[in-house]
Amino acid sequence: MSDFEPGDQASIASVTDRVRPVAIGAAVTAIHFLGDRAAFVGAEESVALVDAEGGISRVTVHGGGILCTSSDGARIVMGGDDGKLAELNGKGEVAVLATDPKRRWIDNVALHPDGAVAWSAGKTAFVRSGKGEDKTFDMPSTVGGLAFAPKGLRVAVAHYNGVTLWFPNMAASPEFLEWAGSHLGVVFSPDNKFLVTTMHEPALHGWRLADNRHMRMSGYPGRVKSMSWSAGGKSLATSGADAVIVWPFASKDGPMGKEPTMLAPLQARVAVVACHPKQDILAAGYSDGTILMVRLEDGAEILVRRNGTAEVAALAWNAKGTLLAFAAEDGEAGLLPL
Amino acid sequence: MPSPTLQKIPVTVLTGYLGAGKTTLLNRILSENHGKKYAVIVNEFGEIGIDNDLIIGADEEVFEMNNGCVCCTVRGDLVRILDGLMKRKGKFDAIIVETTGLADPAPVAQTFFVDEDVQKNARLDAVVTVADAKWLSDRLKDAPEAKNQIAFADVIVLNKTDLVSKAELAEVEARIRGINPYAKLHRTERCKVKLSDVLERGAFDLDRILDIEPDFLEAGSDHEHHDHDHHHGHDGHDHGHGGLKHYHDEEMQSLALRTDKPLDPTKFMPWLQNLVASEGQKILRSKGILAFSDDDDRYVFQGVHMMLEGDHQRKWKEGEARESRLVFIGRELPEQIIRDGFESCITS
Repeated sequence: MSDFEPGDQASIASVTDRVRPVAIGAAVTAIHFLGDRAAFVGAEESVALVDAEGGISRVTVHGGGILCTSSDGARIVMGGDDGKLAELNGKGEVAVLATDPKRRWIDNVALHPDGAVAWSAGKTAFVRSGKGEDKTFDMPSTVGGLAFAPKGLRVAVAHYNGVTLWFPNMAASPEFLEWAGSHLGVVFSPDNKFLVTTMHEPALHGWRLADNRHMRMSGYPGRVKSMSWSAGGKSLATSGADAVIVWPFASKDGPMGKEPTMLAPLQARVAVVACHPKQDILAAGYSDGTILMVRLEDGAEILVRRNGTAEVAALAWNAKGTLLAFAAEDGEAGLLPL
Repeated sequence: MPSPTLQKIPVTVLTGYLGAGKTTLLNRILSENHGKKYAVIVNEFGEIGIDNDLIIGADEEVFEMNNGCVCCTVRGDLVRILDGLMKRKGKFDAIIVETTGLADPAPVAQTFFVDEDVQKNARLDAVVTVADAKWLSDRLKDAPEAKNQIAFADVIVLNKTDLVSKAELAEVEARIRGINPYAKLHRTERCKVKLSDVLERGAFDLDRILDIEPDFLEAGSDHEHHDHDHHHGHDGHDHGHGGLKHYHDEEMQSLALRTDKPLDPTKFMPWLQNLVASEGQKILRSKGILAFSDDDDRYVFQGVHMMLEGDHQRKWKEGEARESRLVFIGRELPEQIIRDGFESCITS
């Protein structure tokens, strides 16, 4: 049990003095890296682009709340409560990709490495291929989450009572993976073998795609809102408990019949997790503002940020894994060079 | 001491059968010069003329929680919309959720009982039901949804009173009271009601469960009301008392319990939990102020179907009668079982 009360601080390695504070000054909903600039996506209207020296430039992207974001490293695509799907590229240029005619909220967005983008408004899922062709598909209930499969043009659409696997370029009817309840976030494993959803209740649900076998991953005290695959996809780190819950996915059975590893327990809820892109390290942000770097192998911890502030809202690594960016709900943010 | 729940964004649920005047009331709330900003969640998005910056279309998607309880239903769309609205915190002061005319208010209310994220940011203020004075009596006979909405209400806006005679008005009020004698009732034409009578009611705030007396002696009532705790008639029958009819609705009714002897908490709590677990589908709303043996604090609770929340409220005051009172509103309530169970929790 780690404890960051003053008396115990010497017992843990700390890099807090190497963090460069960044004053975003507004609530942050997500962070992505565009090259070496960290893009702090605000809860409303704008994105703050921060270079490695801490210089900030702000770009307005939406006329209201920013509800969802996705990035492929070259651009960030965002959906807003203004009914717009907007794109921000590395040069700081903004383009509107789509506008909902009824000004419905754009609730979810996902990007495919080949340039395709998927988004949803209410029950309707949209896909625009890399060539610019639009396809739509109406789900039985509101879309909770979207994800592209790592291979081929296949989109997982999470909704009530399961996930629809949609192949926008094929005439074949979509595949339906059923499981009662409300499914929110959805991710494919990097090896394309598993699909995992976060549910409305505090649990994950998974399917092994080869045979659609169910995987129940429960026991969380709170809803899981953040999931991150470790480098190589051998494990899935998750928020929702007072420790980082890491599910093993290295074997062909995934986490079936296995216990998860619990890392970096604190007396605070894990709010965000972000695995390092190259090494078996993750960053975890907690409800009390603490941020730790944790080694997956043995749970060794390094303190990045002390507790005593607002909940950590977002964490992100740059592609090389040399910079960690973070932001708390109150807009206090920072960059840690490694 | 201000209650911490009051710092959360209040959410008013606006229900009412088709054509009762929900949209009229909503427009009245939005257009009045109150200096407040409302975020409005509506159905039939875009089909009704509502002039407001923050207006969100909802789909009324109800789903069952995976806990084996069929009445533990929540509005998933509401969870999503409230989460999205919180990105714009500070841009509005309160939220109004308009349901469709056929909606059951329970899943909306239950969303506030079970969802951790919703609870963190918002609080349910009250369920306000708009009823049509001319047609409600008919709807109570043929539309179970209308009955549900009356039973569930904290505030009832009895609208279109200009379209009915005094006798018809008395009849429809008596029918409402036969189902729900506890809601605050306001008679209106074109939903002309003081906003303070429908907003900021704190009806779900445990700290404001001060009194659970029937709403018969409200100022502004031009009727002479009688004690309602009398013999109930049978299906279709009604009986007059000095001009005011009393109806007993065979399906939906309220049940009040009271004792001036202290309750045994080790018996009462398990009894109440078992009761809502076994009969929760029938119990729409429950409320209570309780005096436990060897406890100087008033205990208050409220519930929606199987979901309960309760807490010690405050010390009993000097000279205050330490009386326990409970109210259940529900469908085909097993009255004798509830009465007997309650009796068994009284310390001898």
